[in-house]
Amino acid sequence: MHELSIAQNLVELAVESAQAQGLRRLTALHVRIGALSGVVKEALLFAFDVVTEGTPAQGAALIIEDVPVTIFCPSCQAERTLDAPVPMRCPECGTRSGDVRAGRELELVALEGVEEA
Amino acid sequence: MTITPRIVEVRQNVLKKNDVLARELRERFQRSGVYVVNLVSSPGAGKTTALTELLRRLGRSYRVAAVVGDLATDNDAERLKESGASVRQITTGTVCHLEAEMISRALEGWNLAELDYLFIENVGNLVCPASYDLGENERAVLFSVTEGEDKPEKYPTLINSSDLAVITKIDLAEAVGFDRARFIEAVERVRPGIPVLEVSARTGSGMDAWVARLKAARQALVK
Repeated sequence: MHELSIAQNLVELAVESAQAQGLRRLTALHVRIGALSGVVKEALLFAFDVVTEGTPAQGAALIIEDVPVTIFCPSCQAERTLDAPVPMRCPECGTRSGDVRAGRELELVALEGVEEA
Repeated sequence: MTITPRIVEVRQNVLKKNDVLARELRERFQRSGVYVVNLVSSPGAGKTTALTELLRRLGRSYRVAAVVGDLATDNDAERLKESGASVRQITTGTVCHLEAEMISRALEGWNLAELDYLFIENVGNLVCPASYDLGENERAVLFSVTEGEDKPEKYPTLINSSDLAVITKIDLAEAVGFDRARFIEAVERVRPGIPVLEVSARTGSGMDAWVARLKAARQALVK
């Protein structure tokens, strides 16, 4: 359960970015979480509520976009998106590939906030 | 008066701080010519025993050291010291993984230029260490034959971020009915192409191959 630590990093980054942009209170955080990021969404949502307390992000919505795994298939010479991280196999031709092109994201994409506290 | 929220783009990795520190560490390691391995596994997979044996074998011709993370005790560090290598302990308290900052602090006062290999024994956990880059050259994930053949598929994230898979306690394979082919198939489903080693620290089986691999990897690095 490292989501608490992830949530702390997320809120720190969000508050720093907000301050740099003149936002005093956050209303929403948009994040992207890859299927291979190792982060459990439910655990992160729970941890987020805990760690935002007393910060400018208190009460903000955490909006999560799930990013599926995309691999590069050497046979098709194309990127293919997988329904699940396992098996790492091209859904079109069945070739195995460990060349992961997306799905490891753990990214703060954007913030919504107001200038008044 | 209504207040309209403003949207600001950030587009940054949530673990940016760790990534920045890990990058600094990696540069330091590279400059010092030290090859760094991050060992990850579930608790009880045999990291400490395997590492003691690696340190002992590599220590004959190289300068080796280890940093070991543990939740509460320094038992692992004490065991590793039996190999004769320099060992430092990181007690993480309740934290289930090592972070770059902990490594940075643990290395204070060590002259990395006097080392050839540095091993980082992560906290026993197959989930949390995956997200934290420690600046290592190589991440090796260990599974013991007692853990069941489908373990890799249950923890795809960590295997997927690893460069080497090591099956430990191979001397027990027969006794526990370990299905080698099934295990390797499971690893392949999660991380196609990852090299797999089979070792027993107790009998020494496979350890030469691991040591040879580490020697070649360092040679390629410092060349």
